[in-house]
Amino acid sequence: MSIAATPAGRLPQGMTKLLALHWPIILLLVALAGIGWLALYSAAGGSLEPWAGRQMIRFGFGLAVLFAVAMVPIRFWQRLAPVAYLASLALLVLVEFIGEVGMGAQRWIEVGPLTLQPSELMKIAVVWALAAFYARLPVEKVSHPFWVLLALLLILAPTALVLKQPDLGTSIMLLAGGGAVMFAAGVSLWYFLAAGTGGIGLVAIVLKSEGTTWQLLEDYQFRRIHTFLDPSSDPLGAGYHITQATIAMGSGGWSGRGFMQGTQSRLNFLPEKHTDFVFTTLAEEFGFTGSLTLLGLFALVVIFCWLSAMSNRDRFGALLTGGVGTTFFLFVAVNIAMVTGLIPVVGAPLPFVSYGGSSMLVLLGAFGLMQSAHVHRPRRR
Amino acid sequence: MKPASGTGRFTRRGLMLLGLQAGVVGALAWRIHALQVVQNEHYRMLAEENRISIRLIPPARGLITDRNGIVLAENRQNYRVVMIREQAREPEAVLDRLATIIDLPLEARTRALRAMETSAAFVPVTVVEFLEWDAIARVAANAPVLPGILTEVGLSRHYPDGFNTAHVVGYVGPVSERDLEGLERPDPLLRIPRFQIGKNGVEQRLEERLRGEAGQLRLEISAAGRVMRELGRVEGTPGEDVTLTIDQGVQAYAMERMEGESAASVVMDVRTGDLVACASSPGFDPNSFVFGIRSGEWNRLLNDEYRPLSNKTVSGTYPPGSTFKMVVALAALEAGLVRPGDTVSCGGHTNLGSHRFHCWRRGGHGRVDLRRSIAQSCDIYYYEMARRVGPDGIAAMARRLGLGVRHDLPMSAIAEGLMPDRAWKRAARNESWTTGDSYNYGIGQGFSLASPLQLAVMTARIATGRAVKPRLVRAIGGADVPLAPAEDLGLNPDWLHRVRDGMYAVSNDGGTASRSRIADPANLLAGKTGTSQVRRITAAERAAGIRSTDQLPWALRNHALFVAYAPYDRPRFAIATVVEHGGGGSAAAAPIARDIMIRALYGPEPPLEAWPPEQREEIERRRNPAPEAGQPEDTPDRT
Repeated sequence: MSIAATPAGRLPQGMTKLLALHWPIILLLVALAGIGWLALYSAAGGSLEPWAGRQMIRFGFGLAVLFAVAMVPIRFWQRLAPVAYLASLALLVLVEFIGEVGMGAQRWIEVGPLTLQPSELMKIAVVWALAAFYARLPVEKVSHPFWVLLALLLILAPTALVLKQPDLGTSIMLLAGGGAVMFAAGVSLWYFLAAGTGGIGLVAIVLKSEGTTWQLLEDYQFRRIHTFLDPSSDPLGAGYHITQATIAMGSGGWSGRGFMQGTQSRLNFLPEKHTDFVFTTLAEEFGFTGSLTLLGLFALVVIFCWLSAMSNRDRFGALLTGGVGTTFFLFVAVNIAMVTGLIPVVGAPLPFVSYGGSSMLVLLGAFGLMQSAHVHRPRRR
Repeated sequence: MKPASGTGRFTRRGLMLLGLQAGVVGALAWRIHALQVVQNEHYRMLAEENRISIRLIPPARGLITDRNGIVLAENRQNYRVVMIREQAREPEAVLDRLATIIDLPLEARTRALRAMETSAAFVPVTVVEFLEWDAIARVAANAPVLPGILTEVGLSRHYPDGFNTAHVVGYVGPVSERDLEGLERPDPLLRIPRFQIGKNGVEQRLEERLRGEAGQLRLEISAAGRVMRELGRVEGTPGEDVTLTIDQGVQAYAMERMEGESAASVVMDVRTGDLVACASSPGFDPNSFVFGIRSGEWNRLLNDEYRPLSNKTVSGTYPPGSTFKMVVALAALEAGLVRPGDTVSCGGHTNLGSHRFHCWRRGGHGRVDLRRSIAQSCDIYYYEMARRVGPDGIAAMARRLGLGVRHDLPMSAIAEGLMPDRAWKRAARNESWTTGDSYNYGIGQGFSLASPLQLAVMTARIATGRAVKPRLVRAIGGADVPLAPAEDLGLNPDWLHRVRDGMYAVSNDGGTASRSRIADPANLLAGKTGTSQVRRITAAERAAGIRSTDQLPWALRNHALFVAYAPYDRPRFAIATVVEHGGGGSAAAAPIARDIMIRALYGPEPPLEAWPPEQREEIERRRNPAPEAGQPEDTPDRT
């Protein structure tokens, strides 16, 4: 497949580009942000302050970024990929030295009034760079060990840096997101089988390392694993979050306690009810029906991404779209699995619903890239 | 290069990834279903437990009254001032202003400020309590300039006649860890801060009945503990009122009469066993225990050699001395070892081996029969009787008459006393009983110990011939405590009559207590004096010229005892009085007991005719202290 083969006349131009956007996804994102807005309004006890209003402004700004990015031809973004990757990597190195310590991990860089999380940027930069990498690499070489190793390096370099912060959640998301792009690009299944087996072995070794001189995770990370396995062992300490979250969810039932009637969130039993645990606020107030609807909206976004990717004959665009969809999926899956107690608490927001700007901006930018790929995609005949 | 193969592969791989992701979403949906639908009830309950806090409303404690309904323990409204930091804004300034309105000790101010620092801003902190009504009214009137200051009212225990009834009624105090120990499922009420439970006396022994049941206040609270709203309220049940058999008037008189002595008096209604008075002197003020006693006062009470905290009526045990002689006489008569007319010759002493046993009268009594032996309290007669009967027979009779057994009453620290027999001495001392032991037993000395309560029971049983049981509670919760008729003791009525006749002679026929008689022929007294030795006068002291223990230091002097019942011909009340280290029974104990008996028989204003003519003038003087004495405020309580 070559770029030149795509007839330029088929691509939409000017304002018609707007019509060519993947509007269902945009509408879904707006709907999710609307639900998040309701949750924040409820969590504040029926007030725009302090969260809902600010979140709306951020979303509007992010949406503008999305449109701007979407209007720029996809070739520009493809060429920018290495720059974005290297810049993100450089920022990651930088936080090692000047990063602020927040929540027990070095993650932030202050740039004037902005706080920047290079690890958030990296989540999309890895996918972006790998898509560009495989777009240039001839298809028959994707499973060649050298090129596989090079792709792995692209993933592992930032993963190692993030793990050092230490941020286990983001590390896993980088691995999974990058791995998904490699998988989609057609890297031989044997590599994945080997990696899967190796991964399980590594987890076993990591768990075994606890309390030894060569301990591989921080104490607090082990503690999180332990309280995850048995939250009731420490109901007022580290297990408090997850215990209260499951109570909030479980008390919702089929139809929920009603909007602004959730006692767990309204009476502040629910920690982080407006950020990482916002899903439980909604689940408590709108019940299983509400949870399932929300989950369905998220799933639709992912499905639309993959449909767009599979209909895109441009390899970079397709891989990027699949990668963005997967990253989005990972955000959702990690957050919901965490708040429902399926995985340990790692600290990951629910995209577009949780209060917070950093990850929402990055994701809206990523969806801008995906939209650009969609708008400028070579159509199948 | 075939584009189709690349995109076809991408589609396959894409579908695999999509499938994988859909599977994960399915798993999440399944998990959410399990939590929200399957286990909904469980988590709904947990959420309710989270949000609903049940506060207990303390019930009003039952009242304790005397037999005539005079309140001995009541609940008083306790006004306190609390402060909520978030409403006060500037707690220090508000407290300064409060200090200009009411008396606010610096200590209370510091404590309140510290408490406010360490608790949440919305938690009310007690600043001062036990305020008078007018102080609380002033705080309420100044509310506009005292933001965050609230007045609250609670109930606290009060004993209107505390000093006189403290030993019987007891007192309440804050729940301690020791109170909770040993309780399998302590009443949640006990966990309420400032909740008080009975610590002593009736308050403690009838705690369960007096306490009542807590009401419940269902509150919705936030995670931080702030009360959001009241969800419901269930009122509790107040504790049951307790009516005692005590007559507050008699009790107060007994306390007054024993003032200045370390003494105890028990007055019992012989027909019912009702304890009309149970007075232990000196008393103490139970109100000072209610909210924790100050250490200075506590130490003063503890170190007082008159032991004000001890309820001597039931916990104090003394050798019964000569008051025991009726027991020995009855034991000998019942066993057929003596007849009332038989005489024993008293020469002032008797020899047992190398040891000489004295009669209290050095010169002796001459020939002594049963009547005279009691009237004159001849020791020689009882050495002989005890020798004849032996310890086991005496102990058996003593127990029949209520000595050496524990009478179960709702009072604290009830002593069992001791009525020794051969088996006891073998077990306790690993020695065999000697005739000398019997001699001592015969005059109520040696090992024997009895409490004033037991002596009163003994007297009541001799007076009636029935196994009268002491009783302290007349009614609980409005229901009378059923009164079982006392069983007949099965003693020969003739022998009983002879012994009572001896007691009659003690008081009315030239006996040891004839000075302390009742002159009114309708209410003649029948009594018995006793003097129990605390310590023998040593040879050295005798050589130094000490003839009587009255010359020894207070703590070494003899105990004075007196038991009596009246009226002689139709017994109504029995009394036992012990004056610790008071000297002789006839001089120290009998006048007190007689006066208390008169108060019990005649009511608050007994006629002068009750007293022997030669004493009436003094009684009148005591009743109406001469105003020209110049210091009328010295004797304000005497009527």
